[in-house]
Amino acid sequence: MAIREDVLVVGGGIAGATAALAAAESGATVRLLSHKKSTLRQASGLIDVLGAIPRDGSSDGADPAGDRSPGDRTEPAGGGSTGESELVADPFEAIGRLPEAHPYRVVGGGAIRDGLELFDDAVGGAYEGAHTDRNALVITHGGTVKPTARYPESVAPGLASAERDTLLVGFAGLTDFDAPAAAAHLDAAGVPFAVDGATVEFPVRFRDDALTTRFAKALDTDESNARRRLADAVRDADADLDGYDRVGFPAMLGDDEGEAVRTDLEDRLGASVFQIPTGPPSLLGTQLEDLLFDALDAAGVRLASGNPAVGYEASDGRIDSVLVDRRGREVPYAAEEFVLATGGLVGKGIDSDRESVTEPVFGCHVPHPEDRYDWSEPEAFGGHAFARFGVVPDDDLRPAGESGEPEFENLRAAGGVLGGADTAREKSAAGVSLATGAYAGRRAGEEATR
Amino acid sequence: MDPSATDGPATGSDLEPVSVFGDDGTMDLRPGADNCYKCSVCDTTCPVAEVDDDFPGPKFQGPEQWRLKRKEGSEIDDSIMSCSNCMRCDDACPSSVPLSQMHNTARGEYVDEQMDKLSVEYVRNRILANYRTSAWFASKVPRLANFAMNFGPTRWVMEKAMGITSERDFPAFATQTFREWWRNRGGADASRRNAREARERRGDPVDADKKVAYFHGCYSNYNTPEVAKALVRVFESFGYEIVAPEQRCSGTPMFANGMLADAERAAEVNVASFADLVEEGYDAVASCTSCSMALRQEYPELFDIEGIEDVAENTFEALEYLRIKEDLEGAIADASVEEQAFAYHAPCHARNQGLDRQALELFRELDGVAMEDVGDSCSGISGTYGWKEEKYETSMKIGEDMFEHMHDAAGDVGMTECPTCAMQMEHGTGYEIKHPLQLLEEALC
Repeated sequence: MAIREDVLVVGGGIAGATAALAAAESGATVRLLSHKKSTLRQASGLIDVLGAIPRDGSSDGADPAGDRSPGDRTEPAGGGSTGESELVADPFEAIGRLPEAHPYRVVGGGAIRDGLELFDDAVGGAYEGAHTDRNALVITHGGTVKPTARYPESVAPGLASAERDTLLVGFAGLTDFDAPAAAAHLDAAGVPFAVDGATVEFPVRFRDDALTTRFAKALDTDESNARRRLADAVRDADADLDGYDRVGFPAMLGDDEGEAVRTDLEDRLGASVFQIPTGPPSLLGTQLEDLLFDALDAAGVRLASGNPAVGYEASDGRIDSVLVDRRGREVPYAAEEFVLATGGLVGKGIDSDRESVTEPVFGCHVPHPEDRYDWSEPEAFGGHAFARFGVVPDDDLRPAGESGEPEFENLRAAGGVLGGADTAREKSAAGVSLATGAYAGRRAGEEATR
Repeated sequence: MDPSATDGPATGSDLEPVSVFGDDGTMDLRPGADNCYKCSVCDTTCPVAEVDDDFPGPKFQGPEQWRLKRKEGSEIDDSIMSCSNCMRCDDACPSSVPLSQMHNTARGEYVDEQMDKLSVEYVRNRILANYRTSAWFASKVPRLANFAMNFGPTRWVMEKAMGITSERDFPAFATQTFREWWRNRGGADASRRNAREARERRGDPVDADKKVAYFHGCYSNYNTPEVAKALVRVFESFGYEIVAPEQRCSGTPMFANGMLADAERAAEVNVASFADLVEEGYDAVASCTSCSMALRQEYPELFDIEGIEDVAENTFEALEYLRIKEDLEGAIADASVEEQAFAYHAPCHARNQGLDRQALELFRELDGVAMEDVGDSCSGISGTYGWKEEKYETSMKIGEDMFEHMHDAAGDVGMTECPTCAMQMEHGTGYEIKHPLQLLEEALC
């Protein structure tokens, strides 16, 4: 007797969580399997749907498996694969300009809306942006602006579209965020407000390579009056504080008590206070992971984490169970329907060695150029083929083999494991996960409870 | 396309880079260290780093130290002794860096080469790590031991002379050990009879091949035989014939104190004893999640003992085993118990085996029972860690979150699979603590 549910979702990131929530809505019993902590801990915590459309041929429907030899790589006029792209104001309006193989083109704008709705319900009031289809512009720790669809409440007061004079504050010794450099960068980009940067000593002394969580905890507990002393330090660094409508800090302003920390600082500084998303380990990403897992718990989704899915058992073109490796022994997890949401190359849902690119759990077909020098471009931010590696879905998001036929009747894929999107350049990773997760989860639930 | 004809665009030559690290299976952990891309997620999940600013965290203890010490003459940093071996970093690492293996290896090397064998700390650690030896003596005179171990003046001397905190109460020794009970009950023969009767009752084939070898560990033998008895009764009720082979400590406290030679001696006895049974078709089950963790992961990572892979592959935690092999959910759905509410804490070593949700999921379906998860913080005691005078405060700081959650939970009985977590839960809240097997026994037997 194996462990059995109606729907089994493999993968614990945004795509997996969304698929599990969507499947649970259909009334199916659902289990989510995850191996390690998800890559959300490395992510910004922002929900991008579509921020840019790359202009270099990767968007013209080119086949990632295209057998271009290096000699053919003629650079189109205007920069070619140098990473130039066109910013997108309204993602829904822009879907039609994406390549045909893009997951958005497979599931359509309706699925994106379904995914966003599921997300908004799951995180309660913790995120903003649902009032409009248009992208918001969020200030990043590098001093650029990023088009995004949903952003944490604590990030909202800092939107670059608001014409409010801004002071950015960084902490001495914290290499993640250089406030004066970020401010200069924003200024050069022509933001419609005055912006300055200041660096202050964090009021509690930690060891040199202290973690974001340590800063957050000190503010949570108001250790040695950290909140008051931080406000004083900002005042000392910039006497002209009255000139600013808002003050931005790296996203370390408390964890459990984040709202209280921000309110406290706002009172003391006389300006609204916002957070700027940081690199890994990202507190905003970790908090998003917690929100999603709480929602899964509330929806009655069963969770099993800590061991990797390594294989499957199938009969008559249908998967019977997924095999989970628990230190040497493979344990079957049975279900009627399955969703593969193991992530892309970074999340290790797609694997590669020097010879080939594979999908390791089900061995689904992943098209890629035979010569690995064609997997990437010389430019760091170029239109790399590897960015689009992934399984190829049929029109029901079932991974298809070389012939275009689905590999299994009851397996759908969602998120980064799907090919055809260059999510880093498009700024679409979370949106692709939400849209395809919602679609795959709903379909799996429907089929399992039919 | 002929690969040799490829022009590498970066080099313009026909040089193909080659893999420099072979898969020769040696203990060189460098390829593992090279997988670390410094994302620091391990550091944010380390319970010790969270409360102790001086502790440099798992990233330093593991991959960074591993690189540093490849240079001749470099020593292991003494902060390795502040790692509590909760192994949470393993689970956090997105890149599968073998962090806990690096920590265990480094700690062993530190204790072997840098620690003064005549120091109070070494002697104290050795005594704590070899808990089974003390427990064996104590079990001979349990009432006297219970009195003496918690007698004020004794405890004062132990703290001053040995560095064992006087803040904690020593766990009581049972007046009858599990093995004594097991022998008096008729051992394996009695179990075979009980299992056969159960199979008949259940309508299973009488000759069904249902055999488990029980790794009870020290704690359920000497201190909480009621947990071990619950396992026996529950497994027999599903028709399993049980044997309780010769065994020593799983080695967990020894790994955590860098006493790798002691651990290896214990592991050799355990592996020899269980490997034969595995060959005869037995599966090994444990009721303590640190014991199953040791047999499954730490043994094969650290030692080269014949039969170790077979034992690791066939070792299960008790509840996990029944969930995989039996319709435990169905049995629970048909059962009911007196109304009761529990505050459940998942031990780190259950978390690392993917077992942190199973008691919650299972008992959620049991009539009359309310189970509340008290959050994902570490309990802080980590075996012998919280017994050390210099670590006591850190241990209680780590546990604070769990104590608060327990107080907030509806139930005033705690539940966990790990005996030392249970000690900490009781110490921090005064609650009675049960093992999931005890509730299972109440429901099914």
